Amino acid sequence: MKTETLRLWLDERLGIGALGGLARKKTVPLHRHTIWYYFGGMTLFLFTIQVGTGILLLLYYRPSAENAFESVQFIMTDVQFGWLIRSIHSWSANLMIAVLLIHMFSVFFMKAYRSPREITWLTGGLLLFIVLGFGFSGYLLPWNKLAFFATKVGTDIAGVVPGAGKFLLRFLRGGDEVTGATLTRFFGFHVAVLPAITTMLVAVHVILVQKHGMSTPSSLKDPALKTMKFVPNFLLRDLIGWVLAVGVLAALAAIFPWELGEKADAFASAPAGIRPEWYFLFMFETLKRIPAKVFVFDGEVVGIMTFGIGGLFWLIAPFLDTSQSKKRMSRFFTIFGVLVVLYIAAMTLVGFLA
Amino acid sequence: MSLANDTRPGQSAPESRSRRKFLDYLLGTSAGMTLVAVFYPVIRFMIPPEIIESAQTSVVAGKVKELAQNSGLIFKFGNKPGILIRSASGELKAFSATCTHLDCIVQYRSDQKLIWCACHNGQYNLSGHNIGGPPPRPLEEYAVNVRGDDIVVSKA
Repeated sequence: MKTETLRLWLDERLGIGALGGLARKKTVPLHRHTIWYYFGGMTLFLFTIQVGTGILLLLYYRPSAENAFESVQFIMTDVQFGWLIRSIHSWSANLMIAVLLIHMFSVFFMKAYRSPREITWLTGGLLLFIVLGFGFSGYLLPWNKLAFFATKVGTDIAGVVPGAGKFLLRFLRGGDEVTGATLTRFFGFHVAVLPAITTMLVAVHVILVQKHGMSTPSSLKDPALKTMKFVPNFLLRDLIGWVLAVGVLAALAAIFPWELGEKADAFASAPAGIRPEWYFLFMFETLKRIPAKVFVFDGEVVGIMTFGIGGLFWLIAPFLDTSQSKKRMSRFFTIFGVLVVLYIAAMTLVGFLA
Repeated sequence: MSLANDTRPGQSAPESRSRRKFLDYLLGTSAGMTLVAVFYPVIRFMIPPEIIESAQTSVVAGKVKELAQNSGLIFKFGNKPGILIRSASGELKAFSATCTHLDCIVQYRSDQKLIWCACHNGQYNLSGHNIGGPPPRPLEEYAVNVRGDDIVVSKA
């Protein structure tokens, strides 16, 4: 009786009952591609792991060129379970990007970005960009040699953008060179600016998914299509995946604790065998292979502009692939997507084998 | 939103409309300028100030005795790295160590007798010319003089 009174009191003030109704009504279509619906929720779950472990790391991390490396060393060697928290943070980051990419490509190939879900796709695309920003800014924070050169190269790439390049480079580096000023700035991006933007984008993204419901591929549209209740049936299946993910993360962290490397030195040559994280590898390999000059342009400019235009094309796909009736257009996008996947996979593989 | 609803008794519609428009204009511009006044300093704050480089034109990069033939070392030239090389024949050369491709720091490869960038496999010969890989331009060359045991590197 008491709890019922409390529930009514709260509902009168917060209107939680409406949310419950929404949850009860939500269903998930059942068909042979239902498995792909789990990857969005998995990405969100791994993001919450990032927030949790990130807050814990903040208790010991010191964001300055003099202290950063030593503070991470301290976390790895002296703080109880420090190695575990940091390793989970790093592994979960990589896993999150992998799962996010699977989520994105599955949405692309199922053409789930089509009307009326264009804005859901756009917010998702921006979230990918933000997540790569998280990866790039977080990579520098231990202030080791690999991170130092990765940041030099990455920010120099931003400097190639026509017109805004010089501004972007100085904005990102906090000056003309990669220094302690860059580290402070990246720290601010990583723990404040990007989380704030992510929170807003995720909110819009998830609300839109609720509004439009799950998209069913047009080839499977059938009035007799079975559905599953989101609460509790789908959510419980989600939960199994999340528990498995925690197990995988703990195992990875215990078996392969994340390395720290050597402290950054602004007056040392780039170490041999240097390469970026796997999700930047395909771009890295491409930049390595483009000759110094393509016609009259610098090779690096051509490469970077091509990636920029390609990414933009990918982002605006829903506005170009509009109609389900235009079969030819649709096939073009499928082939385009396959080529993109093949190119990324091939270049990544080459990068690993090199 | 109909105009009739906005009209107060005793006022004619056109007069009210122009007054409303004028007030909207004032409100709009005030709000706009307030936003500008808030965000202009914020944006300027985010752009890092220019730091004037000390106009250093020469530096002692190393000692002749400490630099073996067919080897190289990285030295500080102001706040930028330089590379000093003693070739197999004993000749001293100095360049900017910043790769012209994407800003990495190059190194001397004694096995290939050339300057190499580990980041994207860029190669330069001992005159600083880009001879392989993605670098688009040669490395900037510095003048080298020996004073006693000191190797002095200076900008031309």
